[in-house]
Amino acid sequence: MSDKTMTADEAVARLHSGMTLGIGGWGSRRKPMALVRALLRTDITDLTVVSYGGPDVGMLAAAGRIRTLVAPFATLDSIPLEPNFRAARERGAFELTEVDEAMFMWGLHAAANRLPFLPVRAGIGSDVMRVNPGLRTVTSPYDDGETFVAMPALRLDAALVHVNRADRLGNGQYLGPDPYFDDLFCEAADAAYVSCERVVDTAELTKDAAPQSLLLKRHTVTGVVEAPNGAHFTSCAPDYGRDEAFQKTYATTPWPEFAARFLGGDEQAYQSVVREGEGS
Amino acid sequence: MTESSGTPLLPPTRAEYCVIACAEAWRDAGEVLASPMGLIPSVGARLARLTFAPDLLLTDGEAMVVRPDGTTEGWLPYRQHLTLVTGGRRHVMMGASQIDRYGNQNISCIGDWERPKRQLLGVRGAPVNTLNNPTSYWVPRHSRRVFVEKVDMVCGVGYDHAAGARFHRIPRVVSDLGVFDFATPDHAMRLASLHPGVTLDQVREATAFDLVVPDVVPSTREPTAAELRLIREVIDPANTRTREVGA
Repeated sequence: MSDKTMTADEAVARLHSGMTLGIGGWGSRRKPMALVRALLRTDITDLTVVSYGGPDVGMLAAAGRIRTLVAPFATLDSIPLEPNFRAARERGAFELTEVDEAMFMWGLHAAANRLPFLPVRAGIGSDVMRVNPGLRTVTSPYDDGETFVAMPALRLDAALVHVNRADRLGNGQYLGPDPYFDDLFCEAADAAYVSCERVVDTAELTKDAAPQSLLLKRHTVTGVVEAPNGAHFTSCAPDYGRDEAFQKTYATTPWPEFAARFLGGDEQAYQSVVREGEGS
Repeated sequence: MTESSGTPLLPPTRAEYCVIACAEAWRDAGEVLASPMGLIPSVGARLARLTFAPDLLLTDGEAMVVRPDGTTEGWLPYRQHLTLVTGGRRHVMMGASQIDRYGNQNISCIGDWERPKRQLLGVRGAPVNTLNNPTSYWVPRHSRRVFVEKVDMVCGVGYDHAAGARFHRIPRVVSDLGVFDFATPDHAMRLASLHPGVTLDQVREATAFDLVVPDVVPSTREPTAAELRLIREVIDPANTRTREVGA
């Protein structure tokens, strides 16, 4: 069986401009930030980003890498409005496909199930229909005759997710309270790159944890990246919580200054600047 | 009203009337999830759970269903939460950056959607909430900027956009000035009660559309002494409620 471990830079080297890229996590929770930072070190641009948005969206938007964003929101949770997303949207930096949280989920389910769409009782009556003129509806063929939104599959060229543990084969484990939709992102994608806090032996995965924590199946995973503190500054329970102080710095520092201060070097440089910040 | 020790209770504050008005949204809701968004709705939901709506389910704001004392009693990750929404066993109280006379709500952006003047959160779950489970709203600062003639982006679906929606219902809107509902022939927003100390003129002044006003406007009900003690000593001793609605 193949060893899928690779570095973050090797993972993003497999991506290219113009791709549709799904990013796991939710808001400012368990975002694959080490992979996003690696992506920011490349020249890849013109992306369609599909995300329950947090700072992943904010950073990629600020750096001008997003052509189209598919999202129901972008937020930092403890800071409700994502400042870089806001600024980019207000200057018209990307196109937005704004869909409801449930529509988004059913779009991933449709993609994972190789269906062109799934019916959703959401969207009708709202301006989601006005701002997405391409959305179609479907009427129940049964006696109820209700009309639903036919949410198109959110098929992804690639997915980036971050979990607590993984083995070298791509079996991924979450140990926090919520799986979010990371398994769906992987199933909806042609290629999925999973970063994790620690790569462990397969047997170690279920030594102290229930089998239900094995969220990602290796057949849906292309690459495994060991990235300790790789969700920073978003939360990665139970390994660590959100770095609220750093998130505040992110939210209040103009993007060029933030990027120069923290993203000028590689991941190791980022992590050591973060550690030094904590020490001072 | 006196405490058991005999110390007189201070009279209810505006924030506490708001807590009562929010809590009342969940009266007789049964065994459903209460999803309060905002500090005062959260205090209200816990008050309802501890008093007249003991069957309510509450979350910790993330994936755990918890008793009011914090004890975990269930697991509700986002994907199950969304199924609970579409199953209808939930009454959510959302915020509203804008709301209009038919209860259309906006939390997405201000101005033209194509190029918003102010980008806000995005539609989030408002479209799915409003078509599937009762959705109430909480507005901590009632003003003409919030209570508008027409919202810039319909996120939560109002009565004039809900034709044929089987499970659409907006039980109430609570603001720092009063309680509002849609119990009118055309489902236009009606003043249901004024919080004590608020005048009708104040509400009209702060609302950009014509409210339906009944001949006799009731007052938001008084909290009982037991409710006040629960709010002040058990649920919100840190007084977070005054961060949303001052004295």
